[in-house]
Amino acid sequence: MQRIGVFVCHCGTNIAATVDVKKVVETISKEPGVVHAEDYQYMCSEAGQEKVIEAIKNEHLTGVVICSCSPRMHEGTFRKAVEKAGLNPYQLEIANIREQCSWIHKDIEEATEKAVILARAAIAKVMLDTPLHPGESRVVKRALVIGGGIAGIQTALDIADAGYEVDIVEKTPSIGGRMSQLDKTFPTLDCASCILTPRMGEVNAHEKITIYTYSEVEKVAGFVGDFKVDIRKKARYVDMDKCTGCGACQEKCPSKKTPSEFNRGLSNRTAIYTPFAQAVPNVPVIDTNACIHFKTGKCGICSKVCAAGAIDYNQKDEIITREYGAIVVATGFDTISLDKFDEYYYNQSKDVITSLEMERLMNAAGPTGGKVVRLSNGEHPKDIVFIQCVGSRDVTCRGKSYCSKICCMYTAKQAMLLRDHYPDVNVHVFYIDVRTPGKNFDEFYRRAVEEYNVDYIKGQVGKVSEAPNGRLLVQGSDLLDNRQIKMEADLVVLATAIEPNKDVRKIATMLTASIDNNNFLTEAHAKLRPVESPTAGVFLSGVCQGPKDIPETVAQAGAAAIKVVGLLSKDKLTTNPCTAQSNPLFCNGCSACEKVCPYGAISYQDQQVNDHGIREIRRVAVVNSALCQGCGACTVACPSGAMDLQGFSNRQILAEVDAICR
Amino acid sequence: MQEELKARAKELLTDGTVVRVLGWRKGDTDFSAEPAFFENGEGLDEFTYDGFCGANLSKYMIAASKLEGKTLVFLKPCDTYSFNQLVKEHRVDREKAYIIGVGCDGKLDIEKIRSAGCKGITAVKEEGETLQVETVYGDKTIAREDAILERCKACKGGKHVAYDELFEGCDEEKPAKEGRFELVSKLEAMDPKERFAFWQGELSRCIRCNACRNVCPACSCIKCVFDNDRYDTAQKANTTSFEEQMFHIIRAFHVAGRCTDCGECSRVCPQHIPLHLLNRKFIKDIDEFYGEYQAGEDIDSRAPLTNFTTDDVEPSIVRERG
Repeated sequence: MQRIGVFVCHCGTNIAATVDVKKVVETISKEPGVVHAEDYQYMCSEAGQEKVIEAIKNEHLTGVVICSCSPRMHEGTFRKAVEKAGLNPYQLEIANIREQCSWIHKDIEEATEKAVILARAAIAKVMLDTPLHPGESRVVKRALVIGGGIAGIQTALDIADAGYEVDIVEKTPSIGGRMSQLDKTFPTLDCASCILTPRMGEVNAHEKITIYTYSEVEKVAGFVGDFKVDIRKKARYVDMDKCTGCGACQEKCPSKKTPSEFNRGLSNRTAIYTPFAQAVPNVPVIDTNACIHFKTGKCGICSKVCAAGAIDYNQKDEIITREYGAIVVATGFDTISLDKFDEYYYNQSKDVITSLEMERLMNAAGPTGGKVVRLSNGEHPKDIVFIQCVGSRDVTCRGKSYCSKICCMYTAKQAMLLRDHYPDVNVHVFYIDVRTPGKNFDEFYRRAVEEYNVDYIKGQVGKVSEAPNGRLLVQGSDLLDNRQIKMEADLVVLATAIEPNKDVRKIATMLTASIDNNNFLTEAHAKLRPVESPTAGVFLSGVCQGPKDIPETVAQAGAAAIKVVGLLSKDKLTTNPCTAQSNPLFCNGCSACEKVCPYGAISYQDQQVNDHGIREIRRVAVVNSALCQGCGACTVACPSGAMDLQGFSNRQILAEVDAICR
Repeated sequence: MQEELKARAKELLTDGTVVRVLGWRKGDTDFSAEPAFFENGEGLDEFTYDGFCGANLSKYMIAASKLEGKTLVFLKPCDTYSFNQLVKEHRVDREKAYIIGVGCDGKLDIEKIRSAGCKGITAVKEEGETLQVETVYGDKTIAREDAILERCKACKGGKHVAYDELFEGCDEEKPAKEGRFELVSKLEAMDPKERFAFWQGELSRCIRCNACRNVCPACSCIKCVFDNDRYDTAQKANTTSFEEQMFHIIRAFHVAGRCTDCGECSRVCPQHIPLHLLNRKFIKDIDEFYGEYQAGEDIDSRAPLTNFTTDDVEPSIVRERG
């Protein structure tokens, strides 16, 4: 006979304000099998747990139901408590009456009824629980960092400094990421390169770090502690070991007309190229779409001028397989496409640029050597207009509903630096709000306004067009003065919204990590686990998780690193005992389960079965419980119900449904 | 064709290529046929092949695969898809089968002949495009096209996708017939209440005889969930709304992505429930979401519902379609 104890949590007023907790206890105590029911203000507290332990001992409970918050929060807590009292930790069920009840309902009567129903379902399930015992799995003492920007670099350095091996996989020919494209950084105005390039060098020299540039993650298998990752090393056509980085090939390459990705198309590069002078590694790649040799079979100049003999036109993509205990996603961001924002005249005029393009213009190593000019004619601009929130805080389907967070500050920075370098230039900034939360941020913005006389205009720009004199005509509104503004400008700079790198969807899918509507990776808990993905062993670093500036990115990178280090420092992980099992009597051997298993945990054996007197050899599924992660995909793929998940058996789920529908 | 098939079967039995033959013989009437195993040449005299041999023999190969020696099986073009699907699911051993592909001009549905006004039928003679129906009240002529099975109206095109030898004249491919999803589209266009009423009307006639399940080549489970006493679905008597609301939709889910649209379910239903429409709805959705897919076309491709690619349709599609 089952003896079930039910514990209903108030969660302060989180639950108790919407659910009549006493009534839940009263109703549930009459359920068959329930021998103990009580409520308490905070079940998760030490005192709350003690109540559970006591009841198990005094009432000889065989199963425990906690009606509280999501099992994601405290299932682990209560399993430990139950185990302390001598009960198997898997003879515990959580009825989520907070997230799935009190938080989403207003009517107390309705919410109370639902809480009772959820508790009944949990009771029905706990009745069918069986004791389960976890196993152990290994931890590969190496981490993978996807993305070699400042987020990836910092995460890799912190993990490596703790003594663990790290691989960085970077898609482009060099690490450095967006930060390497920036000029100065707010609010201290240090030069981005001056603070980033030493880090890049450090990563390159670190004996625990391996960098795979011009490489992409192709396939991810396995699970926390034991991932197997295929990495595609794209053919560089340059031998990394032989190349000395002298640059002769780039000087002599006759194909010079490819827009430079690094300079955002503001200058051209050669077919064989390193993205920028401080690239790490300082080894060029050949862009086969631009290379004359690859297009016509002729040329071959780079090969002739290379003293080291490093050019290898026959190089092929190479796929290497590496094992990792943890994976950090640091895939960063890009600016959104402005194709849907014709009112800003971006695609029509060379003098309308994005702020990232402005960074390149202002940068001493940029396409103009740091001289800010009108790109249409190379002339010195007199009036520069900045437009903020281009595509950010935009609830139409053209833009992004979120605030890109960094634009207010870099716009203030660019405006201030322009006024500093060119005191004759008038700088106007159109804004919706100026948001400057951050250490020394507001002071920085005020300096731009008060010391550098940057003209901030509260209002949005409706239209940018070409004036008859060849300048740009900016039409907007000044909301404070309540008037329409028309002004001429020589340069218009768009604070373009940022979005997660396009590849993140593909990577998230490979990692089974979840992403939100805006393609930002989701954290395991928005407040308490902000650098962990809900997928065990996958961590988040930088803008792939949400808009961030450099200090925040570096801080998060460090936080992700310590989570990785915490994982890698373990020798063994406890495996989830809720694994699948196949009943050979029902199994058809049809392979449906094997095909949907993401972990390769299912294989087939010819087994002798005794099916009510029929003895025959049948092809049946066998689950390797060390590999099974309990996702349950096989149980729904199985047409005959032979495959079942321990702790979440088909019978238990149907019993829950029955209890709910009763 | 029947006599030539019989002769070839005898040949293969005699030379030891096969040890038994899986074909059809006449049923209770002259205008019905039923699947049959033939162990020797004498038995083969009963072998028949005519317009009423609609039965898909591929499922019987599950049992034949467990027997010693090879079985000669006659498969019509659409039957070969079911055969492939069974091979793919490891239910049938390809090595245990010797397949003769037989031609098909569309099989006949006696119910359609009856509803065309023929009562007291004594014989049906096939004469090209017309049928000569002999009844106790006199002869009647009806167009063959009006008497063919529902599935033949959506013929996949007469191509055998699995065979060891093709019977002469059977290698002609015809264009697949159009309009396969016409009725499904009509059902999709209904509002949910209307659609529910339609299915309630159809499925309320179900007597849970299990004929659809038993004939279905995709329903090949050793232990069907509906017979499993671990769940509350193991029942035979039709005493609740289970048949009306759950049984057929569960079955359709179980065969989704594996159903070749062979139409046997509707053919055998004594209550004339258009069960194939449920399966076709799944097929149409799969085609639309994952690209055209024909179950059983080959034995090694990954079926869309048991495969995952990064281009897969997002689950939100269900929400978007309402």
